[in-house]
Amino acid sequence: MEKPVTGTRKVFMTGNETVAWAALAAEADIMFGYPITPQNEIMHYWTRLGAKYERGFLQTEDEISAGFTVCGAIIAGKKAFTATAGPGNTLMQEPFSMAEAMRLPTVAIIQQRGGPSSGTVIYSQQEVTLTTYGGNGEGHRIVYSTASHQEIYDYTIKAFNTAWKYRFPTFVLGDGYQAKMREPLEIYDPAEKNIEMIKPSPMVGLPGQIGIEREPQHLCNIYSMEEELYDVVLQMQAEYERIIPELVEYECRECDDAEILVISHGVVSRSTDDAVMALRSQGIKAGAFRPITLRPFPTQKLREILRSGVKKMLVAESAYGQLVRLLQQEVYGETVPIETLLMPGVGIIDADIISKVKSLVE
Amino acid sequence: MTQPAMPKTWYVPSKPHKFCPGCGHPLILKALGEAVDELGIQNQTVYGCDIGCSLLSWNFFAIDSTQTHHGRTTPVMVGMKRARPELICVGYMGDGGGYSIGSQHLVNSAIRNEKITLILANNTNYAMTGGQLAPTTLPGQKTETTPFGRDPQLTGNPTMGPEMISTITGDGAYVARGTVAKYRQLKGFIKKALQNQMEGNGFSFVEALSTCPTNWRTNAKQTWDWLEDKMGSFYPVGELKSPFRKED
Repeated sequence: MEKPVTGTRKVFMTGNETVAWAALAAEADIMFGYPITPQNEIMHYWTRLGAKYERGFLQTEDEISAGFTVCGAIIAGKKAFTATAGPGNTLMQEPFSMAEAMRLPTVAIIQQRGGPSSGTVIYSQQEVTLTTYGGNGEGHRIVYSTASHQEIYDYTIKAFNTAWKYRFPTFVLGDGYQAKMREPLEIYDPAEKNIEMIKPSPMVGLPGQIGIEREPQHLCNIYSMEEELYDVVLQMQAEYERIIPELVEYECRECDDAEILVISHGVVSRSTDDAVMALRSQGIKAGAFRPITLRPFPTQKLREILRSGVKKMLVAESAYGQLVRLLQQEVYGETVPIETLLMPGVGIIDADIISKVKSLVE
Repeated sequence: MTQPAMPKTWYVPSKPHKFCPGCGHPLILKALGEAVDELGIQNQTVYGCDIGCSLLSWNFFAIDSTQTHHGRTTPVMVGMKRARPELICVGYMGDGGGYSIGSQHLVNSAIRNEKITLILANNTNYAMTGGQLAPTTLPGQKTETTPFGRDPQLTGNPTMGPEMISTITGDGAYVARGTVAKYRQLKGFIKKALQNQMEGNGFSFVEALSTCPTNWRTNAKQTWDWLEDKMGSFYPVGELKSPFRKED
């Protein structure tokens, strides 16, 4: 079978199409999905491209089923993934919770839309809390927040390897703008960049005769005793904490001598970068900090920056305080005041940030 | 120590099992175990169980097994089968898991004629949670949430699962209703539901009428009377759809 992507190729495509190409390049075997805007075209491209490269697809009856079929395929030993948004993300919290409990390496692309409820089909950053800490668990998940199509490609590929290496549910958190915009990017065969894709392995249907060559597999996510569950959760927490240094990713711009630090994630961080450059040219000592992993959060780095002379933080997000809450929890005890630019469900441009920063430094 | 006769595919370290005395689940699971034995498919079978009393079977078999969530065994088995068609995927659930919380999965996997086998225990109540109304609770039957008896005017009529499934599945589907009161017949249905998947014909579904003396609050005689008379007269037993030659 020829590789879907050979070498490196410059392309101009939407974020949703980018996801489909990245999943192909990452050797994903099968996608399960249910239509919801703005992620639909991921399925549209996957069904066409997947047919060409012998990859599977099933449109399920709802997002609950899409999540659980992904779990089933992974238990059977295939690289499976899904994509959703908004109310679909809400429904998928149940299967993601099972994936957390059973350490199933699910991969999900979330293209955030407006909320609460049906909200809008357009854009927001309002699925941060749900994606990082949704479900009836402790948030043992890995969440990459992308800011460009190149990152959608890079991090979708990375998500499969992260999931299968660490066996925590892994998310690529995009949004409607990233889903529907067209941008130039380079798509590549991971092997070209010395990225070795981790091969999947089954948890059931293993080789060997049961009772003679091996014991049967008995997988479960429920426990009879409080203490049993306690041990399981503590062990998961310990493993999660152990891998944090290997996982955290962030970007800093002009942080070294920044007096006002603008914190944003995802597509908003592009506006922040522009704003910081403009503010610097006007003599204002602004800097930008962008967590790429929202879970685990790059706490240590941010604390270092805050202790190097930052006088104020400004959190800018297309939600009403979801990043703020994450941040408050992660940098608890730091004394730098937090200011906010909260625009739930609408885009934030550099001018919005520039005027807010100016109002804070005057 | 001499063991009682058990199917080869029962997992001995998990016996004695954890079901209540008089419960019908172990009979259904014995039929399934013997069917797997006779077909010689222990090593390629994957067993999935739901939440509710069916969950007590998570380590019941010497078969690769996974427990899921309430109602979600169906999509997990669908995902597994789609990913590895060579596996024989068997989902086991109660009437609440299949006909209520997971009904959308049951209906749609039946419509898609997914090549999986589902076995559903109908004991007319939610047993694990303490005996509440189930989709299969008989008219007039008292449960914890219908303490004055089920009134179909308020809560509808009992779900006729196999009748519904046989209507919506395509060619090649196998649909039957058995009862633990007729063990050999039930085992025959389950065996055919497995064979049907092995042959890749279509969706395979067996409802098994089962007993729950704990929540029915019945003694042995009353339990059997309820199963054979009350349930037996409401829920007709037999094959509703079969690509094989008809029996019974």
